Amino acid sequence: MIPELGHFALAVALALAIVQAVFPLLGVKFNKPQWVALAKPAATAQFFLLVISFGCLIYAFIVSDFSVKLVASHSNTAMPTIYKVSAVWGNHEGSLLLWALVLAGWGYAVAIFSRSIPAVMLARVLSVMGFVGIGFLLFLIMTSNPFERLPFPPAEGRTLNPLLQDFGLAIHPPMLYMGYVGFSVAFAFAIAAMLGGKLDSAWARWARPWTNVAWIFLTGGITLGSWWAYYELGWGGWWFWDPVENASLLPWLVGTALIHSLAVTEKRAAFKSWTVLLAILAFSLSLLGTFLVRSGVLTSVHSFAADPERGLFILMFLAITIGASLMLYATRAPKLISTGKFELVSREVGLLVNNITLVVLTATVLLGTLYPLIIDALGMGKISVGPPYFNNISLPLGTVLLTMMGVGLFLRWKKDNPKRLIKILWVPAIMALVMAVVLPLLFIPEFKWKTTLGLLLSSWVALTALLWFVGQGRSPFIKPLSAWGAMIAHVGMAVTITGITLTSMYSVENDVRLEANGKPYEVSDYAFKFIAIEDHQGKNYKATRATVEITQGGKLLTTLYPEKRNYGAGTMPMTEAGIDGGLFRDLFIALGEPLGKKAWSFRIYHKPFVRWIWLGGILMVVGGLLAAFDGRYWRTRRRLKSNTSESKKAETLKGATST
Amino acid sequence: MKKTYLLPLIIFSVLALLLYKGLYLDSRNVPSPFIGKPAPAFDLPRLYQKDQRISAEKMKGQVWLLNVFASWCVSCRAEHTVLTGFIRQYKVPAVGLNYKDYGTEDYGHDVISWLGQLGNPYTYVAVDTEGRTGINWGVYGVPESFVIDKKGIIRYKFTGPVSQKAVVEILVPLITTLRKEPA
Repeated sequence: MIPELGHFALAVALALAIVQAVFPLLGVKFNKPQWVALAKPAATAQFFLLVISFGCLIYAFIVSDFSVKLVASHSNTAMPTIYKVSAVWGNHEGSLLLWALVLAGWGYAVAIFSRSIPAVMLARVLSVMGFVGIGFLLFLIMTSNPFERLPFPPAEGRTLNPLLQDFGLAIHPPMLYMGYVGFSVAFAFAIAAMLGGKLDSAWARWARPWTNVAWIFLTGGITLGSWWAYYELGWGGWWFWDPVENASLLPWLVGTALIHSLAVTEKRAAFKSWTVLLAILAFSLSLLGTFLVRSGVLTSVHSFAADPERGLFILMFLAITIGASLMLYATRAPKLISTGKFELVSREVGLLVNNITLVVLTATVLLGTLYPLIIDALGMGKISVGPPYFNNISLPLGTVLLTMMGVGLFLRWKKDNPKRLIKILWVPAIMALVMAVVLPLLFIPEFKWKTTLGLLLSSWVALTALLWFVGQGRSPFIKPLSAWGAMIAHVGMAVTITGITLTSMYSVENDVRLEANGKPYEVSDYAFKFIAIEDHQGKNYKATRATVEITQGGKLLTTLYPEKRNYGAGTMPMTEAGIDGGLFRDLFIALGEPLGKKAWSFRIYHKPFVRWIWLGGILMVVGGLLAAFDGRYWRTRRRLKSNTSESKKAETLKGATST
Repeated sequence: MKKTYLLPLIIFSVLALLLYKGLYLDSRNVPSPFIGKPAPAFDLPRLYQKDQRISAEKMKGQVWLLNVFASWCVSCRAEHTVLTGFIRQYKVPAVGLNYKDYGTEDYGHDVISWLGQLGNPYTYVAVDTEGRTGINWGVYGVPESFVIDKKGIIRYKFTGPVSQKAVVEILVPLITTLRKEPA
């Protein structure tokens, strides 16, 4: 009964999505205020129905109702409850329902926090989101019904892919979805602006916090995903340029560009059509990611079961959504006239360079990701594009980007004087150069130019951000939150770059053969001694567990227990690495295969500064949060009610100092 | 309408077209240059009877299967049940190429216990300690499976574990047609 209720709620949600998409838009056109007024209640009701539907599915998983096909094939009674719940989105149908729920959630949020947005604009925004919702709900109901029943329910369900029985998985996909789908708000705002033919700084002010929040979730999701891959996959890597990882990076890059471009649109009434294009692109790339994961056109550890029929549906959906919005862009964007004028040396140009670099980086990553597919589709053979390509392109582009990150903060709007800039910037430049040259000399015996470059860029980004923040001359406590946010996010980027540089340059990775109580293996000044191997019974798996003692200079540092877990018949054994983490280095041991009676193969890594990669991600999230909750978005909302034009003037005046 | 504003739409249309074509391609199946070519010759000692040898020549005149496996290979374990079922049900002569296994230098301890535990469906197990035969067959991942016809020509190749679906959809129809071909 409960699954049928969920299915029914899904169908009603579709009907409401149609109401939300069609009536407000027609209402605006034919001037029917009652129809326009339908937008908010329809969005609210659609959200609550999807909450019910999703709740029903979670219920079916928790009580292990194996008459539901999805539960039978993705869950079993031996699984701990938390993984029963996360199993809901560890498969195609359930994760798609989560997509639809998150989309409706964003629509509901827009409906609630929209008091300052004119009814016509709001109606258009919600209508666009309704259209996107129709696509996803149709997809669910027509091709991927999560509530499908089995005529002969099995007594016990199949196990979830053990890779997915992990806390990292329980939270990282929902977070990524929040990010992906969050860009639908910016997208809807962009389409609404083109439909209305008007895009002013008030529009940018509405769109900015939404874009920020989506970006925060995406940043958090990518960081978590990278961390998950590091400790769960047992490969010791933190980024593999896997198609699905790239699919999350692409909207992030464009989203980052969008955040900065929106600043220009708000403050200087420039880059209007560019901002709109970025908003369309960010969401389009999110949709493309969905297509890549679910259609099976590219192979990846993340892919769900390949099914051309589903792939075709998403592709048609993509073609309609993206095609129609780009068509609209081609006809309407030329009418969005940018009034703000600027000269060659100005903050506008600085941000333009940042934007173009990000978009070029996006395009090259996209090309690398799709290249095997393109070559195959053209009948030119089968190839795969590996990390070397991606690493080679991100080095020069990253260099340009990070250099501009430092300069951009100090540039003035409209027109700046290069001499003034040099006067300010030589101090951090020299300091960064000193850090990049002296620090490796002190701690690292050999010179590597990539280390120097990486440290130079990261210290440059961090120093300029701090200098800019201090140089604003106000006490930190009365500085706007957005200034705090920009500083922390930039420092976060610097921290991540430091981590990437040092980890990639100085990681030691070795496959070794160790005998129980035999000779220890030594890496820098650590010695790894394999003590014993034993069987271990977990809650829903059996494991072979090794005990390895790590000593540093003769003193016992820690004991690690790397495992190989077996989650039952029909599954691959999983590696659970033993990791001794620290701010400056990680020691990582994964258990390999038995080599004879006493010996086992081990994979041992020494990874300096690897945690900085994720620490930087966390800082970027914090920065984004602070910026999104800057009082000025909320203050101006209240003020907008009384006097729109005055507050706009105040904004432009204030805009000279903060981004 | 300025042309530059049309550019994103044009790029997207091309991309959508390619994605459409991509939908109907199988990205996992990298074709082997060996398909349609004679099976590379080998002459290897047999497991259990190391003084006897098995060669490609000996298998001629029948439709047979060569399965590259090793006891250290995780996915081999996964495909073993499927493959065993197929070999026994359709009575397919099968050579298991035991590829670079541990302990085969001193004669096959690991692989014998592995087969003892999971069952041995192979007509012959060829021991390729150094992996030379594997190289000749263009093996780049274990498991791999080859279908060879009566004339000794390779007709199909799987890279990675063989699934039940592949047995039903590909292997069974394939060996049925191949068995009808003249020797």
